[in-house]
Amino acid sequence: MNAIISITNLSKSYATGFQALKDVSLEIRKGEIFALLGPNGAGKTTLISTTCGIVRPTSGSVTVDGHDIIKDYRAARSLIGLVPQELTTDAFESVWNTVSFSRGLFGKSPNPAHIEKVLRDLSLWDKKDNRIMTLSGGMKRRLLIAKALSHEPKILFLDEPTAGVDVNLRRDMWALVRALRDSGVTIILTTHYIDEAEEMADRIGVINQGEIILVENKVELMHKLGRKQLTVQLHQAIEYVPESLAAYRLELMTDGTELVYRYDTRADQTGIASLLAALGKAGIDFKDLQTKQSSLEDIFVSLVREGQ
Amino acid sequence: MNFQAIRAIYSFEMSRTRRTLGQSIISPVISTVLYFIVFGSAIGGRIPEIDGVSYGAFIVPGLVMLSLLGQSVSNASFGIYFPRFTGTIYELLSAPVSYLEIVVSYVGAAATKSIVIGVIILATAGLFVPLHILHPGWMILFLVLTAITFSLLGFILGIWADGFEKLQMVPLLIITPLTFLGGSFYSINILPPFWKTVSLFNPVVYLVSGFRWSFYGVGDVSLGISLGMTLLFLVAFLAIVAWIFKTGYRIKA
Ligand SMILES: Nc1ncnc2c1ncn2[C@@H]1O[C@H](COP(=O)(O)OP(=O)(O)OP(=O)(O)O)[C@@H](O)[C@H]1O
Ligand SMILES: [Mg+2]
Repeated sequence: MNAIISITNLSKSYATGFQALKDVSLEIRKGEIFALLGPNGAGKTTLISTTCGIVRPTSGSVTVDGHDIIKDYRAARSLIGLVPQELTTDAFESVWNTVSFSRGLFGKSPNPAHIEKVLRDLSLWDKKDNRIMTLSGGMKRRLLIAKALSHEPKILFLDEPTAGVDVNLRRDMWALVRALRDSGVTIILTTHYIDEAEEMADRIGVINQGEIILVENKVELMHKLGRKQLTVQLHQAIEYVPESLAAYRLELMTDGTELVYRYDTRADQTGIASLLAALGKAGIDFKDLQTKQSSLEDIFVSLVREGQ
Repeated sequence: MNFQAIRAIYSFEMSRTRRTLGQSIISPVISTVLYFIVFGSAIGGRIPEIDGVSYGAFIVPGLVMLSLLGQSVSNASFGIYFPRFTGTIYELLSAPVSYLEIVVSYVGAAATKSIVIGVIILATAGLFVPLHILHPGWMILFLVLTAITFSLLGFILGIWADGFEKLQMVPLLIITPLTFLGGSFYSINILPPFWKTVSLFNPVVYLVSGFRWSFYGVGDVSLGISLGMTLLFLVAFLAIVAWIFKTGYRIKA
């Protein structure tokens, strides 16, 4: 397998004694978009910060393209661009200067053409001479992305990149991230918008209370854990589900005008045909049927709940 | 060495300096002028020559040191405290830069600024008393060494401080008294033996003495001791900085 980041048995205990990461092992593949999901305080930022050199690991190791993040920090870090979760910027600097500064910090010689391209890609070009404090929150977020891209990283960490970014720009940002991936950049992002992960990610990892509880190809994950539900809309409201249909564990909804049946797509028999026959036998008429696949969000919520 | 990074940090800091240079220069220049009016002219006229130097001229090296120490400490402490405070330090920590490169660029920028201010103070003093610099080479050496040494101290302070109060308290409560009691305005040789001995524990004595020697060829302590002590402080502060980075003290969680 083609791992660009290998995290092995990584643990982190903060000075407070709180253990934010518990024996985490994870491999990020070259060229993929990996979405890290988890509730607030799960350890997503801690995991990213440790990999980038901002937080010291308590035990375990991380290598980036084969370079140990501690022994060989220069080689490891120069491959990584980081967009932090917090909007931290130098209020008094200009957009252009701060992005050029980032490039220099990562040891790259000045390249105004590249900086211009990055600023244009992020719709910040007309703000290049503005002081950062005059930017809006969403612009500052994009500025942080521009800083991270200024030194042409091979790996990009995006810690909640679209928090506070409007819908249009979010779509632009997704397009940008995809274009980066197509140019060979590996992307690790965290997000609380599950649709974002569903839309973007190749693989998904779920972290909860410092432990990775699942890493899975997105499509397989949705398939494997995916449940479907069938909603049957009735002609006439019923007051209770007849005894003869008990085996289907139907739920009566919307004032008795809808019956909801949940089934597993992996089962040999979905049971739909027999359910419909049983409905007819019980004398329940229906006018319409709908099926719905559960979203990543449902999967995520049930996973995290199970873990607690 | 990541020279690009050193250059980036240094010029970033210097552009911050340029933005604020006006206000940074005004206050030391005004206080220097005041010192000359009060000590040089008003009182100084009644004070006999010290070591064959008129009192007005005698205080020039001390005044330059006073600004140099204060500026070095406050510039450097602010330079590193500010990114910690705003959170932009994340970028420094995640960049492929070594601790040495971080220290060289931050301390270098802070020292540059305080040397510029020191030279301006010296020029201001030149308006009041004729300047005689006997050993210009040594003068520059002490100027640069002191600026670097105390910028290192400022760097340490900027990492240790967890609020703007501490950042301002230390120069006010420690550096200023040490400078005033360090022979900036008098020769410690005129003190009673006990207080002279106490004064020898004050690091500023050695800086001022060496600096004054480079002007007038006389100092409170010998040139060798001045230089040796200055270098000792430099090494001590470097050791503390090395320890800070090794342990990640107040920088890395
Ligand atoms: N410097 C620190 N000292 C002590 N505890 C910390 C520190 N930083 C984070 N923590 C704790 O570690 C845990 C994980 O925090 P982390 O920031 O990694 O969560 P997260 O998954 O990024 O959450 P969010 O979705 O809110 O950003 C939290 O319980 C947090 O309180
Ligand atoms: Mg976080």
